[in-house]
Amino acid sequence: MSQKKHEKLIDENDVRIDGRKLNEMRPVKIEVGILGNADGSAYIEQGKNKILAAVYGPREIHPKHQALPDRAALRCRYHMAPFSVQERKSPAPSRREQELSKVIRESLEPSIFTEYYPRTAIDLFIEVLQADGGTRCAGITVASLALADAGIPMRDLVSACAAGKVGGRLVMDLNDMEDKEGEADMPLAYMPNLNAITLLQMDGMLTGEEFEQVVNMAIEGCKQINQLQKEALKTKYVAAKEAETEKEEEVEEEAAE
Amino acid sequence: MSSIMAAKVRQKRIAELIARGKRLDGRELNDYRGIQVESGLIERAEGSARVRLGKTEVLVGVKIEAGEPFPDTPNEGVLTVNAELVPLASPTFEPGPPDENSVELARVVDRGIRESKAIVLEELCVEPGKKVFVVFVDVYVLNHDGNLIDASALAALAALMNTKMFNYEVKEGEIKIKSGYKPLPTRNYPIAVTFAKIADKLIVDPWLDEEQVMDTRLTLAVEKDGKICAMQKGGYGYFTAQQILEASKIAQQKAAELRKLVVKE
Repeated sequence: MSQKKHEKLIDENDVRIDGRKLNEMRPVKIEVGILGNADGSAYIEQGKNKILAAVYGPREIHPKHQALPDRAALRCRYHMAPFSVQERKSPAPSRREQELSKVIRESLEPSIFTEYYPRTAIDLFIEVLQADGGTRCAGITVASLALADAGIPMRDLVSACAAGKVGGRLVMDLNDMEDKEGEADMPLAYMPNLNAITLLQMDGMLTGEEFEQVVNMAIEGCKQINQLQKEALKTKYVAAKEAETEKEEEVEEEAAE
Repeated sequence: MSSIMAAKVRQKRIAELIARGKRLDGRELNDYRGIQVESGLIERAEGSARVRLGKTEVLVGVKIEAGEPFPDTPNEGVLTVNAELVPLASPTFEPGPPDENSVELARVVDRGIRESKAIVLEELCVEPGKKVFVVFVDVYVLNHDGNLIDASALAALAALMNTKMFNYEVKEGEIKIKSGYKPLPTRNYPIAVTFAKIADKLIVDPWLDEEQVMDTRLTLAVEKDGKICAMQKGGYGYFTAQQILEASKIAQQKAAELRKLVVKE
């Protein structure tokens, strides 16, 4: 059932309910290329969020009438597992999931050179295995990596992070309780190299001045996420390269024998 | 084919004009089209309003029925917003279950009303945890000529301001409707202001032809004291942080102007 209302979301020392500072992000763990069948895949843990993303394509499009003559059609499904939240969620797509699928697709499309693959589909699947606030942002972050992992040509990585207002203070990367009981939440996705904001939503109440600060804080969060994304990609390719060199060495050794 | 060519030429013209700070229909970049608001058109509904924004036309009906509260808000009535893009409104609308465009429209309208706490939902509680009133806001698009969000949000607010709450008494756990009405309890008046980005410029209230050219779209909902209470980017494309801050300032100004059409104080 609904959790007990906490007296204070932020204590007098500016410490948040999960022990973080105001402008501190939750611990993030990212892995790239973890699913066998998908052309690209990635996994993220951000706090208690656990999210998988997989990309198939560019591939033949079905139904055919969805084909676009001048570019690939990016299709996106954001979906939450029934066990990902406190009370079981029906697996049928909710209105919230439909809306998020749309805005996530629109946040990622500008990063892809879709014009290279006319009449094809790029299918993106985001499965939220466990949710703890900020799943659309973590979903975009991990989906962008899955697209990169699939080898799809991209203008930039898309990094996403929310900022908002909780207990009268402005904070970065709200968790579920802060999102539900706080005053405002602004998810934002950003392409750092292009200085382009591709997802922007908000609910809650902010003055003009706070609004400006929250936008800047969310962008700062995106820049931090971007570093972690790049590291995760490098880790995968370094591992792949090492495996390759080992194989080559083995072959050379065999040849020498 | 020639009509497609004509459309392409027209789209190019729209973008070229906006790059020079002008619009095809003669408006300034920050001008709305003419707006007409009519309230109380549907007698069977508890509240209703029709908004004409240029040629865009939206009808909103409000119905109030008894129902159950959400478990996390046992002492509050329930707000439900739904939008129907009925096929009579545009050659591009098809019959069938709500698609993602109508879901998004409904949810953006909902967000403005909900986040500004426009309706005093606490006063719609009959029996905590068991029985409350549900306010159904149904957005019915009658003619689509662009910027459905602002037209729908304005019509929804006008309809809520027009909504009459019937008097009732509770007898043995049952709601008995009595004669007479009072206004639906409201405390805030959110206004949605939508921008389109064309030729790297922001324009207010895009009409259909401009929506077909726009790179992307941004909606801000502004409450009565000028605070921003909801926001939604839509469409591919992107904004810079500077553009968003610029939009927030224009939205605050425009919202105050639009609110006067609906809220007489």
